[in-house]
Amino acid sequence: MSTSTQDRAEGRTGRPDNRAVWGAALLVSLLLAGIVSFYAAGTPDGLTKVSEDQGFAQTETDHELGDSPLADYSARGVDDDRLSVGVAGVVGTLVVLVAGTGLALALRRRSPADQSD
Amino acid sequence: MHVPNGFLDAPTSVATGVVAAVAVGVALRGARRELDDRTAPMAGLVAAFVFAVQMLNFPVGAGTSGHLMGGAVAAVLVGPWTGLLCVSVVIAVQALLFADGGITALGTNVVLMAVVTALVGWAVFRLAQAVLPKRIGSVPIAAGLGAFVSVPVGALVFVGLYAVGGTADLDLATLTTAMLGVHVLIGIGEGVITFLAVGSIVAVRPDLVLGARRVLDERELEIRTGSSTGSSTDSSEVTA
Repeated sequence: MSTSTQDRAEGRTGRPDNRAVWGAALLVSLLLAGIVSFYAAGTPDGLTKVSEDQGFAQTETDHELGDSPLADYSARGVDDDRLSVGVAGVVGTLVVLVAGTGLALALRRRSPADQSD
Repeated sequence: MHVPNGFLDAPTSVATGVVAAVAVGVALRGARRELDDRTAPMAGLVAAFVFAVQMLNFPVGAGTSGHLMGGAVAAVLVGPWTGLLCVSVVIAVQALLFADGGITALGTNVVLMAVVTALVGWAVFRLAQAVLPKRIGSVPIAAGLGAFVSVPVGALVFVGLYAVGGTADLDLATLTTAMLGVHVLIGIGEGVITFLAVGSIVAVRPDLVLGARRVLDERELEIRTGSSTGSSTDSSEVTA
């Protein structure tokens, strides 16, 4: 069973290169944030529900940036709900991608420095 | 589990901010050992993926939902320190751009969702790897187990913080039961998503999964030692 996985992974022709894997991962992320997110459950999340049930939900105070254009994952000025959350999701995914990649590239070992390990 | 402003008092929020800053500082050093030209682009994608999947709340029981936290999946894919940083980036962007998780609670949320889930997820993953068969197929299972455990541990850490600096006077035993009950269920979702995500990459490019490298290295040795006997047969049929 695991042999078939190994064979597939090591087959010289069937093995996708780095750029194919990265492209697929980005596409999946953008589809999830941009389209699937509209169908996410709207009920309160675990902590919010517990805070309501246990009677400390009212201790929550306003968010400092509650008026920001993307607050609560809806793009201000976009009337269509589906589009509004989709735009917020795509913007967020790209911002996180740029920030995360930038940080990782800044921290990474340069190839020539590998031998100092 | 995004903690809003007001749940914890100021001293506790400052303290979690300090803990988060120290943890991120340690991770910045640790990540240098994990990141090279191949893994660095993966790290950015892992962060983006975690952000995207965090938007997908799934129902857990009546009137409640949960979403991926992502520390475990990130740790297995790119390493615990890099994974911790990936989820920290996600939480910072959520607080600053989407008003999700208070600014005064930023340290608390980094501790709960990045530090705890990445480190606990990785520790349980390594433990499970030691117990499970040394096969590439065990990697997604170990990852899923790490993810499953990481969520209720995060919930317990929240209860601990609430015991120290919660702004309401609650019965801690009741709070513990309520938090654990719902977060065990969310943990199951975290485990399934992590299993599927790690399993997908392992199926096509196991060498891109940091948590699979140990298994791959051992397998390479086995293949090399085994190849000396099998090289004489020219027929295409190879019996396992």
